[in-house]
Amino acid sequence: MSTSSNPATGAPKKNGIVEWIDYRLPIFTFMNHELREYPTPKNLNYWWNFGSLAGIVLVVMILSGIFLAMNYTAHVDHAFVSVERIMRDVNYGWLIRYIHMNGASMFFLVVYIHIFRGLYYGSYKPPRELLWWLGLVILILMMATAFLGYVLPWGQMSFWGATVITNLFSAIPLVGEPIVTWLWGGFSVDNPTLNRFFSLHYLLPFVIVGVVMLHLVALHTHGSNNPLGIDTKKNPKDSIPFHPYYTVKDMFGLGVFLVIYAAFVFFAPNFFGEPVNYVPANPLQTPSEIVPEWYLLPFYAILRSIPDKLAGVIAMFGAIFILFLLPWLDSSKVRSATFRPIYKQLFWIFLVDCIVLGWAGAQHPEGAPLLIGRLATAYYFLHFIVLLPLVSKFEKPRALPESISTPVLKTEKA
Amino acid sequence: MSINLRRALLPALGLLAALSVPAFAAEGEIKIPKQSWSFSGPLGTYDRAALQRGFQIYKEVCSACHAMSLVAYRNLTALGFSDAEVKAIAASVEVQDKEPNDQGEYVMRQGRAADHFKAPFANEQAARAANNGAYPPDLSLITKARVGGSDYLYALLTGYKPAPAGMTVPDGMYYNDSFLGHLIAMAPPLSDGAVTYADNTATTVPQLAKDVTTFLTWAAEPEMEERKRLGVKVVLFLLLMTGVIFAWKRKVWKDLH
Amino acid sequence: MSESAHASATHGQPGHGEGETRRDFLALAATAFAGAGAACALWPFIDSMNPAADTLALSTTDVDISPIAEGMRITVKWRGKPVFIDHRNKEQIDQARSVNLSELPDPAKDEDRAQKAEWLVMVGVCTHLGCIPNGQKQGEPRGDFGGWFCPCHGSHYDTSGRIRRGPAPRNLDVPPYKFTTDTTVSIG
Repeated sequence: MSTSSNPATGAPKKNGIVEWIDYRLPIFTFMNHELREYPTPKNLNYWWNFGSLAGIVLVVMILSGIFLAMNYTAHVDHAFVSVERIMRDVNYGWLIRYIHMNGASMFFLVVYIHIFRGLYYGSYKPPRELLWWLGLVILILMMATAFLGYVLPWGQMSFWGATVITNLFSAIPLVGEPIVTWLWGGFSVDNPTLNRFFSLHYLLPFVIVGVVMLHLVALHTHGSNNPLGIDTKKNPKDSIPFHPYYTVKDMFGLGVFLVIYAAFVFFAPNFFGEPVNYVPANPLQTPSEIVPEWYLLPFYAILRSIPDKLAGVIAMFGAIFILFLLPWLDSSKVRSATFRPIYKQLFWIFLVDCIVLGWAGAQHPEGAPLLIGRLATAYYFLHFIVLLPLVSKFEKPRALPESISTPVLKTEKA
Repeated sequence: MSINLRRALLPALGLLAALSVPAFAAEGEIKIPKQSWSFSGPLGTYDRAALQRGFQIYKEVCSACHAMSLVAYRNLTALGFSDAEVKAIAASVEVQDKEPNDQGEYVMRQGRAADHFKAPFANEQAARAANNGAYPPDLSLITKARVGGSDYLYALLTGYKPAPAGMTVPDGMYYNDSFLGHLIAMAPPLSDGAVTYADNTATTVPQLAKDVTTFLTWAAEPEMEERKRLGVKVVLFLLLMTGVIFAWKRKVWKDLH
Repeated sequence: MSESAHASATHGQPGHGEGETRRDFLALAATAFAGAGAACALWPFIDSMNPAADTLALSTTDVDISPIAEGMRITVKWRGKPVFIDHRNKEQIDQARSVNLSELPDPAKDEDRAQKAEWLVMVGVCTHLGCIPNGQKQGEPRGDFGGWFCPCHGSHYDTSGRIRRGPAPRNLDVPPYKFTTDTTVSIG
């Protein structure tokens, strides 16, 4: 509260105990510096809410996951029933599981928006390349965690999803088969697989927490990017303290988000789910359709659009890894798409392309959907490898404003 | 120019979409008509009388082949049965005790409220052997485990029809409008008057199907009523909270603009 | 208040008393909402650690007591804990009932502990730190009072399961039970 701080400096009023601790372990100074005073561009729009939102969803996922783990049994004979026991017998077990289940979708939704915000406003550009990289590492860890977690209820889609995804590694020449056997701990997805998946599913979120810390260190080193994409350090009037301005704005965003999240949890809890995963795993019968969760569909479409097994796997992983090269593929000095007329168009086309890929990933891989998926895959790589380097070279950006506080100096000709 | 183009294109796109939907539907997609259920919508609840009638159908008809291993007799209190009634229902079956007796033998005993519904077959192999090789699925989660949910189940139960001309139905199979591929190994389970209701509800096939579907929906989502009730409170609270935070946010930022 | 106004001024905006009051009220209301919401949200998680519905449902155990001869003791499992059922003989009953209540660390009448004098039903968990007292099997030490003896820290219980000597603070607990027939006792 504003009344408990020294307003002149923004520092918290020192009391004896706080001072004693802070002198030895400066956590209060640190928190004050990073969460209160932290100078933030004053023109951040609501798209900037999604970073802190992702952090909060991560906490919700870990919390609900820990409580689910208390009642879950990682054994092929008991996993499905133990999840149903959570749903039926454990006090509020249904709530905790639906929070966790829908939380995964919400997490990806929030993070994807966060990433596309970064793409639009050029948040991956110098000096934030490593910030971008750490974000991508978080994304990859999230995908791994989500995949591992999806296996745990041991439904039909759990089992066959695990089978298909682990079999991707068999595409590796020479060592592929031994690697898959090693991943399984046997000759098919079975009890050892389920056990290790549970172990890793519990571990990875804490690794994510660690990378998030690094992500924040990198962020706070040079500060947030902003919708204009200009450096705000030069003009002190461009920055405002994080608290109360962005704490209250983030809280509001969180409130809106929670309403949407709660609507799914309480009124459409299986909206994102596959009905067939309420059928216990049967190693002798594959369901008529194997579809990953929606957040993996674009990558699944890329995998299926290439008829060669190894090439398909390479393309799928390449689709993620090419993002690491983005800061160098796009060499434009101007960050924000607001001042990049051609890149702005490319951004929207790319967004549509990703949605088309997601749609194609959910269809039977034949006929028109397959063709559309292939075209969208081709465009995905074309965007990064050809269009971005060319556009960043030849595009003529609009004039940048000097600072957030001062209006654009050189106005464009109307 | 571009606006004119859009004007010309939009109806064309709409027409295309309108044409393509039935085209897809005709091509193997099965249309599942929506029913009006007492449990639909954010405030929906289960009709207790329908639940009890549905349980009667399960007990007298479905349970001959289908297990419901995730549901326990004690859960039946949610249908409006008293503790004594539940005890009596449980006691009407004989189950094998999970613990051996002092002689080391597994003995049969009367069912207790804590027991789960007794399965008609000891295992999947036994179930298949007794059913021409087909496996009658466990019904505990059936409405959650099928695309279309309760509507699909109702459509399936009321979907038995004479096969269209030209289609041969193999022995032991039956034609069903709503089943994928239209050939189902389950004989029509419901017929008019298949059970005798204690109340005066009609026992036509659609009514029976509706009742048993209600019961099976409850079995799959026993938490639904509590979930929706709590959900209304939570969402209202969050809206109120977000409103107050928004006012605070506006106040804080007002100084800046 | 004046300090807060000064705070706004340092950021280059004028502060107004009335606006400040409103802002403080909104801050308080919003924080109260968020705090109350967070506190309520914790409850489902805490409650999930309480016994689940299936665990509670298993909390009744029916025991056939017809094979237990006089002077014999058996142990059955109820809620994952041992329950002692002791078919007492006359001597043991008399011993339990002749004790002067004032001698007992935790005074209780044997008549209140056993619904039928010859049948003693107790949770067989030492009230000190949860060990299982000896005395159920023939030849096990029964302590100085002919009942049970806890080997962990040396608590002596008498033939009514009452604590007589040692660190245990209470008598052995009597679970809720009733005789559903002459030969069946239902615990829980």
